[in-house]
Amino acid sequence: MSDLELLERDIRAAIDGASDEAAIETIRVSALGKKGSVSELLKGLGGMTPDERKVMGPALNGLRDRVTEALTARRATLKEAGLAARLASEAVDVTLPLRSSPLEQGRIHPISQVIDEISAIFGDLGFAIAEGPDIETDHYNFTALNFPVGHPAREMHDTFFFNPDEKGERLLLRTHTSPVQMRTMESQKPPIRIIAPGRTYRNDSDQTHTPMFHQVEGLVIDTSSHIGHLKWLLEEFCRAFFEVEKVEMRMRPSFFPFTEPSMEVDIRCKRVGNEVRFGEGDDWLEILGCGMVHPNVIRFAGLDPDVYQGFAFGMGIDRIAMLKYGMPDLRAFFDADQRWLNHYGFRPLDLPTLVGGLSA
Amino acid sequence: MKFTLSWLKEHLETTATLDEITDALTRVGLEVEEVEDKAKLLAPFTIAYVVSAIQHPNADRLRVCMVDTGSGEPVQVVCGAPNARTGMKGVFSPAGTYIPGKGITLSVGTIRGVESHGMLCSEAELELSEDHDGIIELPDDAPVGMGYAEYAGLGDPVIDIAITPNRPDCLGIHGVARDLAAAGLGTLKDRSVAPVEGKFPSPVAVHFDFGDTPPLTPAFALRLVRGVKNGPSPEWMQQKLRAIGLRPINALVDITNYLTFDRGRPLHVFDAAKVKGDLTVRRAVSGETLLALDGKTYALDPSICVISDDNGIESLGGIMGGEASGCSDDTVDVLIESALWEPLNIAQTGRKLGINSDARYRFERGVDPAFMLPGLELATRLVQEICGGEASDVVVTGAAPEPHLSLAFPIAEVKRLAGIDPTEDEIRRVLTALGFTVSGAAPVLTVGVPSWRPDVDGKADLVEEVMRILGVDRVPSTPLPKSENVSKPVLTLAQTRTRRAKRALAARGLVEAVTWSFVAKPVAEAFGGGKPELALANPISTDMSDMRPSLLPGLLLASQRNADRGFADLALFEVGQIFRGIKPADQLTSATGIRRNTATVNGAGRHWQGKAPAVSVYDAKADALALLDALGAQVDKFQIVAGAPSWFHPGRSGTIQLGPQNIIGWFGELHPTVLEALDVDGPLVGFEIFLDAIPAPRARPTKTKPPLELVPFQPVTRDFAFVVDRNVEAAKLIRAAQGADKALISGVAVFDVFEGASIGADKKSVAIEVTLRPTQKTLTDEEIDAVSAKIVAQVSKATAGVLRS
Repeated sequence: MSDLELLERDIRAAIDGASDEAAIETIRVSALGKKGSVSELLKGLGGMTPDERKVMGPALNGLRDRVTEALTARRATLKEAGLAARLASEAVDVTLPLRSSPLEQGRIHPISQVIDEISAIFGDLGFAIAEGPDIETDHYNFTALNFPVGHPAREMHDTFFFNPDEKGERLLLRTHTSPVQMRTMESQKPPIRIIAPGRTYRNDSDQTHTPMFHQVEGLVIDTSSHIGHLKWLLEEFCRAFFEVEKVEMRMRPSFFPFTEPSMEVDIRCKRVGNEVRFGEGDDWLEILGCGMVHPNVIRFAGLDPDVYQGFAFGMGIDRIAMLKYGMPDLRAFFDADQRWLNHYGFRPLDLPTLVGGLSA
Repeated sequence: MKFTLSWLKEHLETTATLDEITDALTRVGLEVEEVEDKAKLLAPFTIAYVVSAIQHPNADRLRVCMVDTGSGEPVQVVCGAPNARTGMKGVFSPAGTYIPGKGITLSVGTIRGVESHGMLCSEAELELSEDHDGIIELPDDAPVGMGYAEYAGLGDPVIDIAITPNRPDCLGIHGVARDLAAAGLGTLKDRSVAPVEGKFPSPVAVHFDFGDTPPLTPAFALRLVRGVKNGPSPEWMQQKLRAIGLRPINALVDITNYLTFDRGRPLHVFDAAKVKGDLTVRRAVSGETLLALDGKTYALDPSICVISDDNGIESLGGIMGGEASGCSDDTVDVLIESALWEPLNIAQTGRKLGINSDARYRFERGVDPAFMLPGLELATRLVQEICGGEASDVVVTGAAPEPHLSLAFPIAEVKRLAGIDPTEDEIRRVLTALGFTVSGAAPVLTVGVPSWRPDVDGKADLVEEVMRILGVDRVPSTPLPKSENVSKPVLTLAQTRTRRAKRALAARGLVEAVTWSFVAKPVAEAFGGGKPELALANPISTDMSDMRPSLLPGLLLASQRNADRGFADLALFEVGQIFRGIKPADQLTSATGIRRNTATVNGAGRHWQGKAPAVSVYDAKADALALLDALGAQVDKFQIVAGAPSWFHPGRSGTIQLGPQNIIGWFGELHPTVLEALDVDGPLVGFEIFLDAIPAPRARPTKTKPPLELVPFQPVTRDFAFVVDRNVEAAKLIRAAQGADKALISGVAVFDVFEGASIGADKKSVAIEVTLRPTQKTLTDEEIDAVSAKIVAQVSKATAGVLRS
């Protein structure tokens, strides 16, 4: 074996034995550095005869190239191994549980959600959202709505009153959202299409009643809307709100002082556990009251009931929320029990829209 | 109102089935609440003969009975009733029967070692009465094996309907039958009454004595029937009354109850022997009392209309009779009263005295004035039929009103309001069937309103009559015309803010609560409220007495309820109404949130990544400002001023304002005294933002955003630490630094605040990072040094702060 072959064998052995990049560098310097073994031999080329150089030149250059290549290859291998080892040592336990984010924790109350759902449906049909104060006058809550003097609702056991002022007039907490009808008719000209969601109050508290609850009022006043339109609107609303293909509705003649004719509306349903399925079964569930706005009410608003006509409806927001989402107890709505709110509440970005679906 | 099917058929000639009838009732607005079909329910219960009843070998109180059920071998039944004995007849139910009174299904059982294959039943078990002292005993001639319901005449379904307050005419079965007949379910039977001739003048006269106050009765009719024989009423009458839940008393009383339901005509009977002198109808005098037929004594006053004689008050007019003059089995001469009363006064008296009688129920809704005399004649007839006797002439004081309302009815109204287009004939037929008179011809009919329909006084009422009888289902569903354009937004600014506030706060991890609009008075006072005009006159409880001035107390109390259930860390919010006064403009919308214990925005409680700290004023501030930002407010225009109202910690609270006159909201730790008064434990922080106070965004002609100006030069940051007095506000220091070169300085951030002995008592070090953003060219070191010197000078001047070396 020639000296060169021996040298190459030694260098290769060293390269193969190198365990890290530093060792490779040492070998590189000892072979290819300024005073490296290969470099020294290359330096000797200058003193050789042309013939010797003809032989030794390619041999030494070849040696240098092969050593360089071997060093590079080995360095890459070692680098890769080193990185792998480091990464292995950096491993963490990704199964450790994390805190939930605020978006996961926050909740929207079902009442707010359902009001948003109702608004989405009626907004699409051109209904504005009207509002009125919770503290109302006897006029707006009763008189202007054609409640006769002495009507039981005007008594203390049904309605929350404030103490009378010096003129003997006493304010009250509105018992329904219907006062918004009159306030709206007074403040804008027909055609009117509004819904008025809000808080209402009755002096009543038991299993199924709370002294405060939520209603939504609807009012359409123009020169042509009749019960046929009302029927269509309520059918469409129920179908859209309950997100079912078909709702079977039953309108029953009924009585409210501020509508004539008046009706109550039932929907066909089947109760399965806490679930209410619409459009099947033999139960009829009352969900709202409605009717043509009473001529006296239209007259009270300063309009001619022979020219203007329309309909109104009112339903319990809490009630339809319970029906849709299966809450068993109305009282829990106002208890702010975190467990209830987490369970029945909605995520912050559950935005009800018609394009995206109300509860999708 | 309850009635039986057979009773209805006494007024309605019909071949309709029960289901057809109940469907029609609901369809015309007489909503069926319940149909109780005892025959169906009690089908398995049969009459049985107790062949033998011997002592149970292992139980003193039980007997082992062999019962002949009329089919096959006698059945062995273990019975605990004290009256179970050999030779009696009773009601038997075999194993597998559902027992309505117990809500269980019977099975074959072994009772103390003896098998029992059925049950001998009590009335309570059949839900016939409350009686469960013993088993039902039947007469010896009761046929063994026959269905008990059939035998006892319980086969008549009982229909319970809800009557709306506008339909007093349907508080009598005859009125219900009229509606059904109009709806095509049969023919209304003519039940008109022929008068009974008086044989002698009434010995008792009736006087009205209302002085100069308005009379509380328009008319009062009375007659005496002498020589009657009172006692139990006939079985057919008792059965009817029992079926609808009334207790038979005696014939005379039962007749009045019967007519109350049969014709919606309440009557009263006095035992003439107990009445002294004439009857006077008048207002009671304060201090007078009456022992009424319900056994209770009522204190009366001049708002109450009474019937008195020489003995004093005998009856509460139109509501309830008195015990003293009531009819008993001994009654021989009876005075029958058929009167009319002021509905409003009846309602008020009934409410005042807390009496809910069938008479009150009808008189306060309106009894047919034209039936006052026929009602009296019918009662007389029944008295004579059942109890015999001889009738006097009728005396009538006052005069029954004779309403003759006639309405012009353009029949096009039906289409205009109801959307259906019936023929003129249909309209005539419906109205006539309901008792209206119809004359004239289309387009405008003249319609006379019957005396029993006080609710009908306009065209719209007639439309309702036509529509409900023809059926609301005939109204075609008609699409409401929709705008041809893309829907415009409908929410107002306030409505949008309310919705967005809720989403923004929920997105920060707060949970939305809805709490009562009212709070206890001391609570209202503690949160800036408690004005007398905002106190309810009739609160449902002292905890809910005053309109809330703030949403904080509701949330704080809720937090404690949750803490008591073991959920100490929670973040709640509410967006809702608060009340500063009684006027509509005083009702404001507040967005309010609280955080309790360690419920920070980044999580609560212990965690391997680090324990959450107790909530602080800064958590509340962060919520408030994040909310304002989400609402599109220009948060950097607001001032944050130390201090907030008294329910906050004075040193750990702040007010967000736009000048001292325009308070946007506040935040802070809750004051320990306030928490103590509410019996709520902290740590608790909260904020209140008044949505109405946030300025409306300026209206702009387009939606274009201002252009984005990007500068190609790198920003430079420099750090400074100043030692200032402890009470120097960071905001002041930041403002001073910013003012050093408004064009160049794009931001000042506080990255450290330190207090400690090393820098001296009552001192603190505030470290800021100032960002310089050149707009024209890269800054030179000299330029940076110049700005730095200016910053130091400005801060020193404003805060007396010294650059920390």
